[in-house]
Amino acid sequence: MSPALALPQRRRLGTRAALALLAALLAATLLAALATGPVALSPARVFAVLMGDAAAPRDAAIVLTLRLPRTLLAAVVGAVLGAGGAVMQGLFRNPLADPGLLGVSAGGAMGAVTSIVFGAALLPAALAPHAGAAAAFAGALVVTLAVQRLATVEGRVLVGAMLLAGIVFNALAGAVTSAMIFAADDMQLRDILFWTMGSVAGANPRTLAIVAAASLPLLIAAPLLARALNALILGEREAMTLGIAVETVKRLAVVLVALAVGASVAASGMVAFVGVIAPHLCRLARGADHGWVLPGSALIGAALLVAADTIARTVLAPAELPIGLVTALLGGPFFLALLLRQRLAVDGT
Amino acid sequence: MIAAHGIRVARSGRTLLAVAELSLAGGIVTGVVGPNGAGKSTLTRVLAGELHPDTGDVRFEGVPIAAIAPTALAQRRAVLPQSSTLGFPLAAEDVVRLGRIPHAGAVAAAEDEAAVAAAMAEAGVVHLAHRGMATLSGGEAQRVQLARVLCQLAGPDPARTALFLDEPTASLDLAHAHAILAAAAARARAGAAVLAVLHDLSLAARWCDRVLVMEAGRIIADGVPADVLDDALVSRVWGIAVRRLAGEGARDLAFLATQA
Repeated sequence: MSPALALPQRRRLGTRAALALLAALLAATLLAALATGPVALSPARVFAVLMGDAAAPRDAAIVLTLRLPRTLLAAVVGAVLGAGGAVMQGLFRNPLADPGLLGVSAGGAMGAVTSIVFGAALLPAALAPHAGAAAAFAGALVVTLAVQRLATVEGRVLVGAMLLAGIVFNALAGAVTSAMIFAADDMQLRDILFWTMGSVAGANPRTLAIVAAASLPLLIAAPLLARALNALILGEREAMTLGIAVETVKRLAVVLVALAVGASVAASGMVAFVGVIAPHLCRLARGADHGWVLPGSALIGAALLVAADTIARTVLAPAELPIGLVTALLGGPFFLALLLRQRLAVDGT
Repeated sequence: MIAAHGIRVARSGRTLLAVAELSLAGGIVTGVVGPNGAGKSTLTRVLAGELHPDTGDVRFEGVPIAAIAPTALAQRRAVLPQSSTLGFPLAAEDVVRLGRIPHAGAVAAAEDEAAVAAAMAEAGVVHLAHRGMATLSGGEAQRVQLARVLCQLAGPDPARTALFLDEPTASLDLAHAHAILAAAAARARAGAAVLAVLHDLSLAARWCDRVLVMEAGRIIADGVPADVLDDALVSRVWGIAVRRLAGEGARDLAFLATQA
């Protein structure tokens, strides 16, 4: 091979190095989140407590009981939303797609709100506390499966039909949610409102375990989907002729995302923008290769949501802002700036 | 290399494709021509194993194509469609590298990179390597896609590969169209079976060793372009009176419409 054929190296940073950097960023964000609050602790102190230092029971209680569960829940939910957004965008070949588009979040909201209004009346008292999570998950899965069923023609999932079905079911699920709100009493209205805006304050080891278990399949499978999603950048026919089982990948990805996002919505309510922003940042930084974008979006999503939760619980302390409000307030303008920058870059040439 | 037998494809009662017997040999470029809706793309998809016919079978080196694992098939058979839009922005070189997907894990990374570089040289797009696909002209982008399918077929035995081009030159200028067919013809000389769907009969005459003329889902003529594409056949099949002009070389033919 002549030297003229050799392609010069152009990546400034290898994928592994870049992911290690993001993992370090996430670790630093977690540590900062655990250290921040009404009682400020030094990062060294937090680290000592996490390592099992029992010298100061008060610090241990603050870190392990008050801050750790919600921080970890924020991290897992953020990772799910980031990776879920990246998978959906790759599948739909559209950088603005996210689980909300398919009706996953709306289905989850429908389930959760229904359980808030009717759960107490219909279920025995012992089951009521878990009804919200189960109903949200069921709602997410039912809507996602219905959307997928409607979009499947002759064994093929048509992306255009799937997006339209997603819009229809978003509207239908929204209507059911509205009907529930109409039927709700004042106390239930407050619960609904707070849940809708999102929060990880209710985190306990049990919810954490449920969400983590539901998220694991997506977070494990996401890197394995990278090759198929890379081929899909070229188009569906191109991916098929590259030997990718496109239909299988579509079905698998949608079910995995529904499972993980459904559980996340149940635990923390509607959290906007993370699923769009995290993959977008990844692509801006190092291009569209899904081997980088999928794990990178999970790490960035986790760090973003941990940071958002820390802001949510400290900025107006002792009062607490809904986490979805923080991500929307910070993420909206940020996203707008990204779009404007991109437009300027295009127009400026 | 590829043999089809008793192929029939129908949709909503209408026959799209009916081919009793057809085989594609390695070492030559086979052209497929015919009016719109004649079944050229359907034939391509069936022979490439993308579409399973309602009846009949297609064999790749004697093995039923439907029985070959998708990845194994993709290492030996590539398809270049008319034009592709990317879902996300990629550099030209990254698009070419995607052609190595069927070989993932099977060969060393250095071998993949060598295949990418060689395919880019073959398609004449080395100078575009770092350009974003969105900044390329239609012709440049299609040549990058050609490099991708060439690098998909890079392997120890180029004579045992099949390259399908489904209207690869539609909407390209003359120079890009010839460059794409020249690169495909070079692959055929190395032993590959090449099939190209073309609309421009002069291009077909110039680059194809054999041409299949299709009409209403059937192959109605099959042979050397200069023999098959005569005034009478072209006029009848395309429904427009045509006069054939010959250039200096035996493969240089032009087709003039004599009525509007």
